[in-house]
Amino acid sequence: MIAALPDCSVDVGGVTVSYANGHVALRDASFQLGPGSICALVGINGSGKSTLFKAIMGIVEPVAGAVRIGGRPVRAALRENLVAYVPQAEEVDWSFPVSVWDVVLMGRYGYMNFLRIPRAEDRRIAEESLRRVGMLEFRDRQIGELSGGQRKRVFLARALAQQGRVILLDEPFTGVDVTTEAAIIALLRELRADGHIMLVSTHNLGSVPEFCDHVVLVNRTVLAAGPTLEVFTEQNLQRAFGGALRHFRFDESTVQQHDGRAVTLLTDDERPLVFGKGGHLEYSKREGREDVVEKRAEHEGDK
Amino acid sequence: MIETLLTPLHYDYMLKAIGVSALIGGVCAFLSCFITLKGWSLMGDALSHSVVPGVAVAYYLGLPFAAGAFVTGLLAAVGMGFVKAKTRLREDAVIGVVFTAFFALGLFLISLYPSQVDLRSIVFGNILGIADSDIVQILIISAGTLVVLGLKWRDLLLYCFDPSQARALGLNTTVLHFTLLTLLSATAVAALQTVGACLVVAMLVTPGATAYLLTDRFGRMIGLAVAMGTLTSIVGAYASYFFDGSTGGCIVTLQSALFVAALVFGRKHGLLAARARRRAAGEGAA
Repeated sequence: MIAALPDCSVDVGGVTVSYANGHVALRDASFQLGPGSICALVGINGSGKSTLFKAIMGIVEPVAGAVRIGGRPVRAALRENLVAYVPQAEEVDWSFPVSVWDVVLMGRYGYMNFLRIPRAEDRRIAEESLRRVGMLEFRDRQIGELSGGQRKRVFLARALAQQGRVILLDEPFTGVDVTTEAAIIALLRELRADGHIMLVSTHNLGSVPEFCDHVVLVNRTVLAAGPTLEVFTEQNLQRAFGGALRHFRFDESTVQQHDGRAVTLLTDDERPLVFGKGGHLEYSKREGREDVVEKRAEHEGDK
Repeated sequence: MIETLLTPLHYDYMLKAIGVSALIGGVCAFLSCFITLKGWSLMGDALSHSVVPGVAVAYYLGLPFAAGAFVTGLLAAVGMGFVKAKTRLREDAVIGVVFTAFFALGLFLISLYPSQVDLRSIVFGNILGIADSDIVQILIISAGTLVVLGLKWRDLLLYCFDPSQARALGLNTTVLHFTLLTLLSATAVAALQTVGACLVVAMLVTPGATAYLLTDRFGRMIGLAVAMGTLTSIVGAYASYFFDGSTGGCIVTLQSALFVAALVFGRKHGLLAARARRRAAGEGAA
């Protein structure tokens, strides 16, 4: 959509953020991202993910360190419309009297004059953005009349219309159906190819290796940051989530006829639901489920 | 019959009252759209009570009442922000404590010199006896508010809807916050003259709330609110001549009646429409 824009970067250097009540939400957090990247921001609730977002958007001022976007301080970067933001579904008042079209045009405010009257160019880009997420036919709907996935796409269109080089997405897959999730991921990949930087805060650990090339693990600071293969390891996730992660180890579970090597399923706030090969429910601990283990063993014996 | 109906219009003071009420009703209604969407109704109530000590002091010192009112209104707003940031109290408790403190101080000041300031006219309004100098102040406030809202309504709407996006676009949200707060204080002062401190909040909330029940489009919401605010003020001020009753009470009662009508008969969000939809859904399922 946008050609030949200068390369962008996000540089978070030694950022410490503390709130008025003295609570230090983030201490000495550092990471860098270059152009053309989808980076997952992973951590438990209260780990400082949203504080990091706020620092990048200039909503909170670090007491130490600095965020630089494309080499500029945050304020200058915001004025140049470099940063776009897709809010979490819970943060939006869906009964607000605005239409899909109104919301997407809000992405263009930074380009409009003092009175924020859209020019033909603004309308063209807004229309193109809506078409790109497949929501053009819904332009006159009030935002509350949309499904979860459609709502998400409208706000993505707003970010596209803003033509920011850095796009922050807060929990983009919550309340979204699988088809929309796939569509959003496909769109993010296209944007990556255009050189955009996307920072995605997510609980959806399973999808991270699927589409994120970089990962930043946070827990009151940046624990690890870098390419997904290097950073998204069992050991690092244990450090990021502590006791909050739920495990499903096949060798301890009621699943039978695994080959003895341990496969660990990690999930953050949801327990994994596992069905065995025969379609039976499996449990994460064998203790107290001896009857189930026996049945599974019999079932395997039948074959 | 027609003669009787036209009687109020023969009186200069009635014409003034109707005109000023209509202006204030319209301006307040415009602002009320932002107030209801921002969730500042309680704040509006608080500010309209907090301006009372300022009005009292301004009268003693012979200053324009708007100036005094404005200062204490903003003091209260800043005070609420400060107490909320520095304590663990919830916002409703902070608002409750701060605005009653200001209102109490105002009542006390007025009671010290009852001959100079009329308590009744501050608390209940006195549009029929409004002085020309007061009308000038109201005209200035209304014009200023309309200009700011007319020029910056899109920015204010974005700030109400999605402050984070406003930030991401590089808009100065602190300025927008205080702009809205200042407009709220200013119109509260103007409305004080018409309906009094107790009912100001109705003018600043009810038209917007009613319009919100009737439409899902912001433009239409403003149109409806301003039309309702202006009309109820005209009719209320006019009708109060025949009832020989409180003008403020008359206006706000009319606004409340419209609200109830919208609540029951609203085509989209009204109670009857909701019931019809539930029935239809039930039949569809059966």
